[in-house]
Amino acid sequence: MKNVDIAIVGGGPAGLCAAITAADLGAKVILVEQDDALGGQLVKQTHMFFGSEKQHAGTRGIDIGTMLVEQVESNPNIEIMLNATAMGYYPDGVLGINQEENFIKIKPLKMILATGASERMIAFPNNDLPGVFGAGAVQTLMNVYGIKPGKRVLMVGAGNIGLIVSYQLLQAGVEVAAIVEGSPNIGGYLVHASKIRRLGVPVLTSHTILEALGDREVTGAVIAKLDEKWNIIKGTEQTVVVDTICLAVGLTPLTELIDQGGGKLAYIRELSGYVPIHNQELESTVSGIYVAGDLAGVEEASSAMVEGKLAGAVAAKALGYKPKAAEQIIEEAHQELFDLRSGPVGAGIRAGISKLQEVRQRC
Amino acid sequence: MRIKKHPILTWDKGKKVKFFFEDKELEGYQTETIAAALHASGIKEMRESEEMHRPRGLFCAIGNCSSCLMIVNGEPNVRVCVTKLQEGMRVQRQLGKGELQR
Ligand SMILES: Cc1cc2nc3c(=O)[nH]c(=O)nc-3n(C[C@H](O)[C@H](O)[C@H](O)COP(=O)(O)OP(=O)(O)OC[C@H]3O[C@@H](n4cnc5c(N)ncnc54)[C@H](O)[C@@H]3O)c2cc1C
Repeated sequence: MKNVDIAIVGGGPAGLCAAITAADLGAKVILVEQDDALGGQLVKQTHMFFGSEKQHAGTRGIDIGTMLVEQVESNPNIEIMLNATAMGYYPDGVLGINQEENFIKIKPLKMILATGASERMIAFPNNDLPGVFGAGAVQTLMNVYGIKPGKRVLMVGAGNIGLIVSYQLLQAGVEVAAIVEGSPNIGGYLVHASKIRRLGVPVLTSHTILEALGDREVTGAVIAKLDEKWNIIKGTEQTVVVDTICLAVGLTPLTELIDQGGGKLAYIRELSGYVPIHNQELESTVSGIYVAGDLAGVEEASSAMVEGKLAGAVAAKALGYKPKAAEQIIEEAHQELFDLRSGPVGAGIRAGISKLQEVRQRC
Repeated sequence: MRIKKHPILTWDKGKKVKFFFEDKELEGYQTETIAAALHASGIKEMRESEEMHRPRGLFCAIGNCSSCLMIVNGEPNVRVCVTKLQEGMRVQRQLGKGELQR
């Protein structure tokens, strides 16, 4: 059994920032990551980030990741465990970890969960055929391994992820037949959409995918136009010949571990599904377990980093490490989150967070 | 299916290795996952579902969705999207549940 001040599960932007902050305040930290490298979703994001300068906007996601990983690796207060999956949290305060066929037990005083999110699926006939990928998988194949997912792609979803991954497909030399988007508006930033359109890719709003075609693999897709009530307009069906269908229809928090560990969940649409109920300081309904990043509500890497910092400072402070310095970091983080979520872009998140606070009052 | 030219990325792939997919000998790199190496060779079908015998491929690529379970060196239910390739590996499509070795 290993004893440690704080165990952090997940080495994405949220977990990395939580580790750096808590360790800088003096806490001993173990960072647990199931993959063989740290960085989470950042390792495949080759585009320049949007957001504000404080959270490195204008820098490529991969470079932000490298920078954070270097800080973690050089910090003597942080022990990194790779290829290590956190399997369960038990009532006696033990976190069980499976690392290369070994079962390792850690007993932390506090825990920060930053497990991220998983890709959403939508319902249509043949959506299980090989050749239907989540957008993250397409990014992983292309940007991490240098492999094309196919020759010609139909992208479903024109949010930022759909637009960005379409652009990355073109950079990799893959054809993008079209982007279909159910809503009448493009969800992502217009700069991204214009860039794609200039390269000749049609962005078809008020359109959806009806089915995937193919026997053992995708050979095409049927798409159609929708009216204002999202009903299919008869006669507008058309077949596109593609060998790949990429779903960029959102993410949903990866809540298994917090759920199993006793944390209560609530369904909040604006935060992208079931999220662990937590307070302003990110503490879940289990005392001493904090949540940060996409797990706490799907948002962006910028807010994930700030939430990580917040959780790291709150946990370290609770253990008595440099309370004054910690308090200052906590205040800064609250301000940064407030700024990130201000304006029309943050309206959904703000609504989600206030719903969450209502639910929390009741439980 | 490998990307030959890219405006911003390069890949340091390390050592080339040989492995088997069913009876076919294929090549890949030690630094990549089994799923990546199969896709590089144009293979997308990884298993068949239990009841309907539907073909299944890679979906999430980060070890969450269980769509890509294959038999590797005789062991079933290996998530090939997060398992790295090794010299001489034997990779097979998994039909249904897969049986544990004794
Ligand atoms: C295509 C795309 C483009 C994006 N562009 C931007 C952008 O421009 N700007 C921006 O701000 N954001 C962007 N984002 C969003 C951003 O990537 C995410 O919000 C961010 O990565 C969330 O960070 P996280 O640390 O919460 O989770 P993740 O980065 O998902 O990290 C979670 C980590 O936890 C690990 N893990 C999970 N479960 C366990 C377990 N049980 N045991 C051990 N380890 C575990 C995972 O392996 C993973 O490494 C984009 C996302 C995508 C998909």
